[in-house]
Amino acid sequence: MSDNENYEAAVQSASTEVASFEEQGKGLLGHFHHALHATPSLVPLIVLLSSIVIFGIVVGSNFFSAYALTLILQQVQIVGVLAAAQTLVILTAGIDLSVGAIAVFISVIMGQFTFRYGIPAPAAVICGLAIGTGIGAISGWLVSRVKLPPFIVTLGMWQIVLAANYLYSANETIRSQDIATDAPFLHFLGRTFELGGAKLNLGVVLMVILVAVLAYCLRSTAWGRHVYAVGDDPEAAKLAGVNVNQTLMSVYMLVGFICALAGWVMIGRFGSVSPSATTGTFGNIQSITAVVIGGISLFGGRGSILGAFFGALIVGVFELGLRMAGADAQWTYLLIGALIIGAVTVDQWIRKVSA
Amino acid sequence: MEPILKARGLVKRYGKVTAINHSDFDLMPGEILAVIGDNGAGKSSIVKALCGAVIPDEGEVWLEGKKVNFSSPIDARDAGIETVYQTLAMSPALSIADNMFMGRELRKPGFMGKWLHQLDRPAMEKFAREKLSELGLMTIQNINQAVESLSGGQRQGVAVARAAAFGSKVIILDEPTAALGVKESRKVLELIQDVRSRGIPIILISHNMPHVFEVADRIHIHRLGRRLAIIDPKQHSMSDAVAYMTGAQVPDGVAA
Ligand SMILES: Nc1ncnc2c1ncn2[C@@H]1O[C@H](COP(=O)(O)OP(=O)(O)O)[C@@H](O)[C@H]1O
Ligand SMILES: [Mg+2]
Repeated sequence: MSDNENYEAAVQSASTEVASFEEQGKGLLGHFHHALHATPSLVPLIVLLSSIVIFGIVVGSNFFSAYALTLILQQVQIVGVLAAAQTLVILTAGIDLSVGAIAVFISVIMGQFTFRYGIPAPAAVICGLAIGTGIGAISGWLVSRVKLPPFIVTLGMWQIVLAANYLYSANETIRSQDIATDAPFLHFLGRTFELGGAKLNLGVVLMVILVAVLAYCLRSTAWGRHVYAVGDDPEAAKLAGVNVNQTLMSVYMLVGFICALAGWVMIGRFGSVSPSATTGTFGNIQSITAVVIGGISLFGGRGSILGAFFGALIVGVFELGLRMAGADAQWTYLLIGALIIGAVTVDQWIRKVSA
Repeated sequence: MEPILKARGLVKRYGKVTAINHSDFDLMPGEILAVIGDNGAGKSSIVKALCGAVIPDEGEVWLEGKKVNFSSPIDARDAGIETVYQTLAMSPALSIADNMFMGRELRKPGFMGKWLHQLDRPAMEKFAREKLSELGLMTIQNINQAVESLSGGQRQGVAVARAAAFGSKVIILDEPTAALGVKESRKVLELIQDVRSRGIPIILISHNMPHVFEVADRIHIHRLGRRLAIIDPKQHSMSDAVAYMTGAQVPDGVAA
């Protein structure tokens, strides 16, 4: 054989070292880019901290008070919990428009089960959590088995659940005093406690624990890896040995469950149970806003739940800061709108793999 | 000798397109079977029908003499059939280690793994690194880098390493060297022979005739959705094989 034909033989003496290169002087921007690429929730964290600082300067030191900062946490607890649920669906490249409607409907169910049927409050709460999970299961079944687009399924589910909520409650509000005297357990997540001069309630604690638990599950368990894989490329995930339908089903059921938790948080937060709570109509957009500002890709498979949590807090900081600064509420929407577009722009920049 | 993997009368249609047309298939124990054929002949389709990725409309499949009905790739994998798909089946945003263990992740020993289902990242990374090194993929610097940051050939290397590491009964490789460099292709061929020496048979789809004739024990020629013939590479030349698969010539014993 001539040398030419035997060119492959030269491979025998190939290097067996794992390649490594000296880190080039990438410059400050390069390192920053790399850090953002490795930790996607860093951007919303930076935005959150800098908006706190900016409002602190504009509004004055009042803004740094434990009171103001805990007020923000109190105000974002419902959206924060809904955003945690929304994150899961969006990671699978879906979207859930029914999150707020489920929360309101479940708050009504927990209230009415106690007051209409005389079921003990803890049992009514468990029933509500189960029904929320069941609603999620229906959406999950339609998405994974019937292969309908999540947008359509949850658009329909949003209307159905919201209408069911009005029909079932007969548009009737359960007053806060009645709950306090007859079924205080429904107010459980509204209980407050002092922590270093700050007043927190259990709903806030629930939100923080929920985000921490989900962050762990998404990062450190096989289920979490499957959620990302399904959102990234469902066909590849299926061929690689992921049970795609089961993963989607588990996500939608978990989302229903978390929305039901949000319903319970609502009772603690508002005191009363009202079928016409604005969460029913705006909860979906508010949660999607938090998720997008948090740097999670609407195309699925990328982003971290901590980002969505920071996203919810950013919205809370803007709302309170602008209110304390005496600005027109419309400024809040204007700035949030700019933030959404800005977040996606930054996301595109980070996405460049060259980092 | 009974085939380890056998199929009879497989049919798969996509609307008006017939991808598999009453095709048979036989893989003998311990052999390297090359599958060659024109683009669109249905090579990928028939191997997918053998590994649960495509469910045939008609026909039957036997593994080690027992009839099997895989309803998903997971079933086939559990039965010991491992496949490198032409599309590679990787999740681009996830790391090399995550991809290698997709669907069969390792858990930490003890409480964290048993109760909290915590992944054993260090073990997964170490294993992934070893398998890549066996394949000579030394240019991959970081086992935790996202698969999307790898070159096409590196990705293919990771997919081959994954199949070779986990296949216990049959390994199917659908054009595994198409995007690989000289050195990596050679390593894959060595790996194929290495796997065979462990007694595991291999189905190799390839357009590279010199490679096919170098490693194959038998060559399955696929044409127009079905098996046209099986030839012995020692008794036919590369130009014979190309003539058969393109229809320029009909092998002996096959009705034209
Ligand atoms: N999912 C699919 N939908 C429709 N047609 C398909 C699909 N998969 C394969 N085909 C068709 O089946 C035929 C065989 O394809 P394939 O098995 O990929 O061939 P090969 O691997 O030999 O190039 C082609 O005509 C292709 O267009
Ligand atoms: Mg093919």
